[in-house]
Amino acid sequence: MSTMTAKAAETAGAAGAVRSWKTPVILAVLAVLALVVFALGAPVNAATFRLSDPSDAVVLPDLVLSAPVVGWVSAVLLLAAAALSVQAVRAGRQVPGWLLAVFAVFFVAGFLTWVVGSARTPNVALYGLLAGSVTLAVPLIFGSLSGVLCERSGVVNIAIEGQLLFGAFAAAVAGSLARNAFVGLLAAALAGVLVSLVLAVFSIKYIVNQVIVGVVLNVLVSGLTGFLFSTVLSADAATWNSPPRLPVLPVPFLAEIPVIGPILFRQTVVGYLMYVAVAVIYVGLFYTKWGLRTRAVGEHPKAADTLGVKVNRMRFSNVLLAGVVAGIGGAFFTLVSVSSFGRDMTAGQGYIALAALIFGRWNPVGAFFAALLFGFATNLQYVLSFLGTPVPNQFLAMLPYLVTIFAVAGLVGRTRAPAASGIPYIKG
Amino acid sequence: MNRQMPGRGPARPDGHSGARSEAKAEEQRLETAVETDDGRMPPPAVPPSAQSGQLHPELGRTRPLLQRIMTGEALVAVLAIVLSLVAGGLLIALTDERVAAASSYFFARPSDTLGAAWSAASGAYAALFQGSVFNFEGDTFARMVYPLTQTLTVATPLICAGLGVALAFRAGLFNIGAQGQIIIGAMFAAWVGFAWHLPAGLHLLLVILAGVAGGALWGGLVGLLKARTGAHEVILTIMLNYVAIYLVGYLLTTPAFQRPGSTNPISPQLDATALYPRLFGDAFRLHWGFVVAVLATVFVWWLLNRSTVGFELRAVGANPEAARTAGISVTKGYVVVMLMAGALAGLAGVAQVSGTERVLTSGVAASFGFDAITVALLGRSTPWGTFAAGLLFGAFRAGGVTMQTNTGTSIDIVLVVQSLIVLFIAAPPLIRAIFRLPEPGQVRRSRAARKNSPAATGGAA
Repeated sequence: MSTMTAKAAETAGAAGAVRSWKTPVILAVLAVLALVVFALGAPVNAATFRLSDPSDAVVLPDLVLSAPVVGWVSAVLLLAAAALSVQAVRAGRQVPGWLLAVFAVFFVAGFLTWVVGSARTPNVALYGLLAGSVTLAVPLIFGSLSGVLCERSGVVNIAIEGQLLFGAFAAAVAGSLARNAFVGLLAAALAGVLVSLVLAVFSIKYIVNQVIVGVVLNVLVSGLTGFLFSTVLSADAATWNSPPRLPVLPVPFLAEIPVIGPILFRQTVVGYLMYVAVAVIYVGLFYTKWGLRTRAVGEHPKAADTLGVKVNRMRFSNVLLAGVVAGIGGAFFTLVSVSSFGRDMTAGQGYIALAALIFGRWNPVGAFFAALLFGFATNLQYVLSFLGTPVPNQFLAMLPYLVTIFAVAGLVGRTRAPAASGIPYIKG
Repeated sequence: MNRQMPGRGPARPDGHSGARSEAKAEEQRLETAVETDDGRMPPPAVPPSAQSGQLHPELGRTRPLLQRIMTGEALVAVLAIVLSLVAGGLLIALTDERVAAASSYFFARPSDTLGAAWSAASGAYAALFQGSVFNFEGDTFARMVYPLTQTLTVATPLICAGLGVALAFRAGLFNIGAQGQIIIGAMFAAWVGFAWHLPAGLHLLLVILAGVAGGALWGGLVGLLKARTGAHEVILTIMLNYVAIYLVGYLLTTPAFQRPGSTNPISPQLDATALYPRLFGDAFRLHWGFVVAVLATVFVWWLLNRSTVGFELRAVGANPEAARTAGISVTKGYVVVMLMAGALAGLAGVAQVSGTERVLTSGVAASFGFDAITVALLGRSTPWGTFAAGLLFGAFRAGGVTMQTNTGTSIDIVLVVQSLIVLFIAAPPLIRAIFRLPEPGQVRRSRAARKNSPAATGGAA
């Protein structure tokens, strides 16, 4: 984990002299790929995107796009963007962020049109695709926010998976016993804190390597919940494992807005809490005293200590807070998505959340969008497997992971974690 | 995940000396540190850099810590295992139905509850032992030792993959990708095994080489990307695990890999010439893959402790900056170590397809890749430690199956016990506190000294 040090030193030393051609090269490759696949390989069909359900209050007309036209337009624009990035690097400037964003948008648009147009039924409900993406991203977002809180204060949190799983388990059990979903939600938060407590005690008090504690905690939670699931929960599922679902609370009128209405205003408590959490943690981290201290503790604990910040106490409380966040995310699995607990039901989402956190550059908003990307890719794969596309299903399933590899290797390769993340602070 | 910039680490004793003398001092520190644990002292589970971001931050203070680990290490390990077994036993007893029934009249006759609890836990553990070490109910010698050979069979892929993870740890890389590396290794090995038809001996050799090459490819890719772009190996390995799973899932639906006439994602059976021969005849499942695992352990031990490459890898793991100052190419080190880590995981894949499974399925790696991480951690990243940890976890896994069938105790309890063992072993002070063991003298003295000094309060608390 310390190995970034080497790279950071190299790049820091070489930044002035050598220009990094990595980003332009990747953009150029992707643009050529778009030209070949989206434009030259464009299907003759038109792709239809349905923007609203016929039963909605406001019905928008379907968006019908000609696949060749969109393919060519996006390919040309992508090539232009790649050329701009080459120019920027040649002039010794960095590739601007907005250019990357524009590139991503047109690439996704071109890809969507191509893949939907090539499908057996070239017709997709865009509103469903987007709303489903957000739904799938909810636990990821909570998980990566938990990671942000931990890592910003200098504790690596690999245990996100364990926090989510234990949250899901506790929500199912407590919700079933109390016959109340909100009790389940509370229990989920407590369960997340419990996992966090072990992480904090072992990594802060006993100075055990934080990565080890995280990995082991994941195994521990998986074993514990699996054991209790097969002995207690499955013996009497009616008592232990049938939590009521959290109700969907639509905001009047606003929920009727096409496309974005359901995403923003037709959610459960967990969904609304997610938006609140992103905003609160973002503002908290960057605009409050607590946030400044948290970041100081994560970047340079010694300096923070000199100025009177209690480093380890700060870390301890932030790790516990992260447990609350991840625990609520875990409740999503059993109180919103499915209404029963299943063995290892988080299925590696905690690790994806970790990837989203790094992809999002340890920033709550960045992590939010990275998690949305994962949710979108996963949901796209589900939707496309129904439509019957020429691309084998497994490759669609691979897509989010490949995108991440591209992104961390090419575009965010040089971002760095909070400097003291993973390093225990020993006063003296 | 500390990616500290050089010079930004906490408590870095620089500033007063020139760059050159500092580099020299670093070099010297590197030398002493690497020398001291040259095969004799077990290193920590991961390189110190992963814990503190720098090499033995203050050697003077870490030495008692090292000695402390040395002096009580065996005792702590035993106590950690005992404590984990007790915790697991409590869990078994608490969820047992007979215990629950007896506890309804606990205050009338507490002995019933305690007796039921004892019989639940001890029965489960007896079955675990019976299934992993020695079957005392067996009527022939072969039946009696059969469990032990099962343990060794299960331990084989764990040891191979565990060595891969351990090796990467020693170079400061956190390799979560053993799972994907096993899958790709198994995929290559299986393909050579069923698609090619070669004479015995040569065929198996090529199968092993293919598996090693497949794993090395998947691991080396991580090393290359990390060395070239600075991408984080944790992310890369996690992502490549998923890519490997989907890739093999796809290939098993193509004619090249799918068993003819089958609609399930399963490959043809490997040729008989491509299989590891059984070690003790067909009555036992134990195969020559175990011998390969032993050889791999010897190789890793030699590599780490006796070879230049191993020295360089450990130097990179201990302190990349100092390693570079000493003229070691850090980027090359990453590529080399990930190639070898992948190759070792590939061996685990070979053990699966040509030892136990004999076909390729998408579940070929089971959870060996993730268990390998715990194995490496428990083995403190030393070759023989990993070997021993692999045997222990193999025993748990083999015995867990017997336990589940005989006593109905879910095999998940094994995961709980395993993870508790690693957790407790990693925190000797906790074990000492629980068992009220005296702390080694030097620590007490240094603690007293710290208490007396006005600046030092709080410490690690």
